[in-house]
Amino acid sequence: MGLSLKHIDRIVGGERHLKDINLNFESGSRNVLLGRTLAGKTSILRILAGLDRPTHGRITIDGKDVTGVSVRKRSIAMVYQQFINYPSLTVYNNIASPLNVSGMDDAEIDRRVRETARMLHIEPLLDRLPAELSGGQQQRTAIARALIKDTQLLLLDEPLVNLDYKLREELRVELQEIFQQREAIVVYTTTEPTEALMLGGNIVVIDEGCVLQTGPTPKVYRHPETSKVAEIFSDPPINYLRGSAEDRHARLEENIKIPLTGHLEGLPNGKYLFGLRSNHLFLSRTKEDDTEFKSTVELAEINGSETFVHIRHNGTSLVVQENGIHTRKIGSEISIFMNPCHLFVFDETGSRVASPVEDAHNHR
Amino acid sequence: MEKWENNKAWFLVLPVFIIVAFSAIIPLMTVVNYSLQDIWGPGQQVFVGIEWFEEMLANERLQDALWRQFLFSGLVLLIEIPLGILIALAMPKRGWGVSASLVTLAVPLLIPWNVIGTIWIIFTRPDIGLFGVTINSLGIAFDHTARPLDAWITTMLMEVWHWTPLVVLLAYAGLRAIPEAYYQAARIDGASVWATFRYIQLPKMRGVLTIAVLLRWMDSFLIYAEPFALTGGGPGNATTFLSIYLVKIATGQFDLGPAAAFSLIYFLIILLFSFIFYQALLNVGKGDK
Repeated sequence: MGLSLKHIDRIVGGERHLKDINLNFESGSRNVLLGRTLAGKTSILRILAGLDRPTHGRITIDGKDVTGVSVRKRSIAMVYQQFINYPSLTVYNNIASPLNVSGMDDAEIDRRVRETARMLHIEPLLDRLPAELSGGQQQRTAIARALIKDTQLLLLDEPLVNLDYKLREELRVELQEIFQQREAIVVYTTTEPTEALMLGGNIVVIDEGCVLQTGPTPKVYRHPETSKVAEIFSDPPINYLRGSAEDRHARLEENIKIPLTGHLEGLPNGKYLFGLRSNHLFLSRTKEDDTEFKSTVELAEINGSETFVHIRHNGTSLVVQENGIHTRKIGSEISIFMNPCHLFVFDETGSRVASPVEDAHNHR
Repeated sequence: MEKWENNKAWFLVLPVFIIVAFSAIIPLMTVVNYSLQDIWGPGQQVFVGIEWFEEMLANERLQDALWRQFLFSGLVLLIEIPLGILIALAMPKRGWGVSASLVTLAVPLLIPWNVIGTIWIIFTRPDIGLFGVTINSLGIAFDHTARPLDAWITTMLMEVWHWTPLVVLLAYAGLRAIPEAYYQAARIDGASVWATFRYIQLPKMRGVLTIAVLLRWMDSFLIYAEPFALTGGGPGNATTFLSIYLVKIATGQFDLGPAAAFSLIYFLIILLFSFIFYQALLNVGKGDK
């Protein structure tokens, strides 16, 4: 089965939420919609679900137009950012609720409810009410409700965003396994690049209602077509350094001089935007041909088992990702190392000119 | 081990305690005091124990008023709660209609209570009132001053007109607080309008409806100003509710002892039923199949 969105526009109250969206989803595929808040991820999900009608454009399933078909007649399940369960029904009845309408016999419903509950580790909670569960358990119930029916389309709208860090990690791993066993088209929205990378599959990068790039997730990560995609698909945000190329050398931020070798060889003279992910800026020399420059520490922020050191160099703010927990004195001068082999190059309009070659360096 | 410093908190509670003492505890204890004595005049009193309580409980007119009161409050709840929910469901969800309907609904709540009684006297007068004249010209004899049933209908209409808006406002607030995603989930599940109401809207409104039931119960059980202005408790004793009868005893006949005993019984009934309603609503609909 294949589902396609063709030239979809959605305009609400004169405001354009989606602009000319063209997407194809295959059965059994896992698709991540990545974009910032208000980029249009949820709008796309709602159109896929049939909850909203596009202003222009068509939705087809196996070539058949389903644009106006009501949500009741479609085979979909959806999980929301908020934990949506029927408040007065027990977990058991909540999970069973999508099947009750279908007229399936009770023994089969019971078998399926227990199986789905086991899969999501909420079997002991079947007799409880949603209000008596923790956030993570409530969302597990909501996911079980979505999974119990074999739907063609499984939509998840930032399902883990309201959970705490530990639960999020846990569910992310479990969801990956669950999705793999599904025949359905899975569409998952997120704002987090890390989550997108973990889920793998295909990615659709969205910004301001437009699709910027689609493709296999790792490929888009390695070869973002524009500086905007690189920005959205990096956490912490990718570092940009302005610079220019002149005769086999590039000068970044006026005083960082790098040789144009490897994937940068043959870069025509001119002005460029050089991108460098924060995990490719180092606080010590890692390779012989590293370039060193001095910067001032603005802030050191500890995130899990990593430290993000915010530095300022010639008026440009950069972030260095450092393994382990370290404290840095604000305002102190430190040496930063970078290697030209990690640089992305975008032209002045933001289009990609060069991206690092896929080799051992990229698999950090 | 107990240090004086540790007890400083008592001083912080003291102002509240003093306010509550003057606003509630002292007046209530005064009533308790009256209820146990026979008073002829200033300084002339004798302790009579629970005699007034026994007398009041055996008083047939009081019993009649009590049953009348239960019937009235029961009808109020049965009409106003479902009607309030229905109106709230039918109200617009966005646009100019929201403020328009909210303001219209709030109007009855802003009118002083005895004025409401007066409005309804004029409204239902058979000779000049819009309602009275209309209904009489249809060939139906209607006069709330002469016929007990008409007096009841008028009082009920007035009460429903006056207080249903409160239930509507509460129910509407409850409905607006339900995230849109619940309705989407219900649509995806293929739930009917009734199922959506039964399994999403009603449970989500439980909190506000509990408050609505308690408020309408207490308020309607205490009703005084509107029927007093409208019917004065008549014709006969047809609309003599508890508070109207109580005021007759206390200020009409100046029987302070019996009136005090009666007040306490009245108070305990309201307290008891509010507790029962609260407990029932707290547990209703949990774990439905």
